[in-house]
Amino acid sequence: MRLDEETRPDFPILQRIVNGHPLVYLDSGASSQKPRSVIEAMNRYYERSHANVHRSIHTLGEEATELYELARDSVQRFIGAASREEVVFTRGTTDGLGLIAETIGRTLAKDDEILVTELEHHSNLIPWQLVARDRGAHLKAVPVLADGTLDMAALDRLITRRTRVVAFAHVSNVLGTITPVAEIVRRARAVDAISVVDGAQAAPHLRLDMSSLGCDFYVFSAHKMLGPTGIGVMYGRRAVLDTLEPGRGGSEMIKEVWIDRAQWNDLPWRFEPGTPPIAEAVGLTAAIEYLEKVGMERVGEHEQALTRQTLEGFARTAGVTVYGPPVSVDRGAVVAFAVEGLHPHDVAALLDAEGIAVRAGHHCAMPLMRRLGVVGTSRATFSVFNSPDEVSLLLAAVAGLRSAL
Amino acid sequence: MSAAAHGIYSDVIRERWRKPRHRGEVPGANAVAEDVNPLCGDRVRMMLTVAPDGRIEAAGFIGDSCAICTASADVVADLVAGRSRADAAALEVADVLNVLQSEIRPTRMRCVTLPVSVLGQALNGSKRA
Repeated sequence: MRLDEETRPDFPILQRIVNGHPLVYLDSGASSQKPRSVIEAMNRYYERSHANVHRSIHTLGEEATELYELARDSVQRFIGAASREEVVFTRGTTDGLGLIAETIGRTLAKDDEILVTELEHHSNLIPWQLVARDRGAHLKAVPVLADGTLDMAALDRLITRRTRVVAFAHVSNVLGTITPVAEIVRRARAVDAISVVDGAQAAPHLRLDMSSLGCDFYVFSAHKMLGPTGIGVMYGRRAVLDTLEPGRGGSEMIKEVWIDRAQWNDLPWRFEPGTPPIAEAVGLTAAIEYLEKVGMERVGEHEQALTRQTLEGFARTAGVTVYGPPVSVDRGAVVAFAVEGLHPHDVAALLDAEGIAVRAGHHCAMPLMRRLGVVGTSRATFSVFNSPDEVSLLLAAVAGLRSAL
Repeated sequence: MSAAAHGIYSDVIRERWRKPRHRGEVPGANAVAEDVNPLCGDRVRMMLTVAPDGRIEAAGFIGDSCAICTASADVVADLVAGRSRADAAALEVADVLNVLQSEIRPTRMRCVTLPVSVLGQALNGSKRA
């Protein structure tokens, strides 16, 4: 049985009729839909176990704490982290990257260097611009080559003894490029720079193993991987986390407090001030269990097949340009495309009229758009519930677009 | 697919997207402004030639923009050409919508309003005669 035939009944929202057509949801790269098990786990939590965590000495508080900390164990297993103390919950990828930038930013000095890449989402660029401005540090970017991959020779030239941070995406949210994480991490470590990986587009599709990637930080969101909005993960390598002061203050992250000072809590709570997203953690556990039951290898193969089908179909469609690595290269479940003579927003609006949801615009990657020489693109992204039939519907709809306006 | 297009965009939008009447540089323009729509990155530049008596002698636009935004910019140029500066400054989004004759969803409303806001910037930035 094909994966989508197994999974589709688990996603209630796929029953929606949109503009008179069955929904074809090709925007999981922005936010995926949720299986019933995730929705029910969160409902059950709110209906049976909700209380605040950690300092509630009553039954519900203990249940909530147990469920919240169980999510940490699930994430540790899912990403192959060495210990649960390395898993810090955030509000999402943007929050995690901001937290890292603020925290590491305090340790930077004038003329230190931060290295990013041209294909970054704004979430992994703007926080570093702020840090560079505040600390008098310099921000540099590794260029993207014509085939959508990073210019690794340029990376070697740009990385210097002054480089303190190397921050980059694991999978480009536009091009689908899979970057050589372990290789970049190795080069960062050679100059004692901290490596920060934006895994927002990778965690839903690739089997992750922190020990083989070797990075210092790895950040992702639950809502792109079948889980709820409002929670994300900041993995931090213990040796690095141990040396860092907390980025943000509040309750939960302290052991003892005086008026003029405080003693920090242990890892991972040191980096989790305030009441955390508890129900969302419960939902994340359910999402991870769903993906693990399917198996990430199978998830990846299914989405690769849909991506290949899309790329090959677009290659045969007159007036359609696709961006990113060629079909022969492994990539994330992302296909950005342009239709000759049509603006990406009009492409998305016309497809929506047929019930097909794609994203359009700059995808929060304006420097990359400038590099590609476009204002924006349309973008189809895939998840476990998408079918080859849906790709066929997309291809047929796009083929008819040029005469549409 | 064409049927779908008819459903979501009015004939006015489709026609002005295909053949805008005021797209292109305005030589000698003395009131010019440009802005972007942060939601999508669309960029529109409005160019006006304002005569010493305050009459707008010529109006045009250039831009990287979608069908709705392009049509809106074209209508804005249409509506202000030949008018007084004061009349042009009083132009409202409703006036443009009235010409476009299309139901605009909330997510696309910025596509309509961008050219109107750029017009205001152009008029504010230009020297009074």
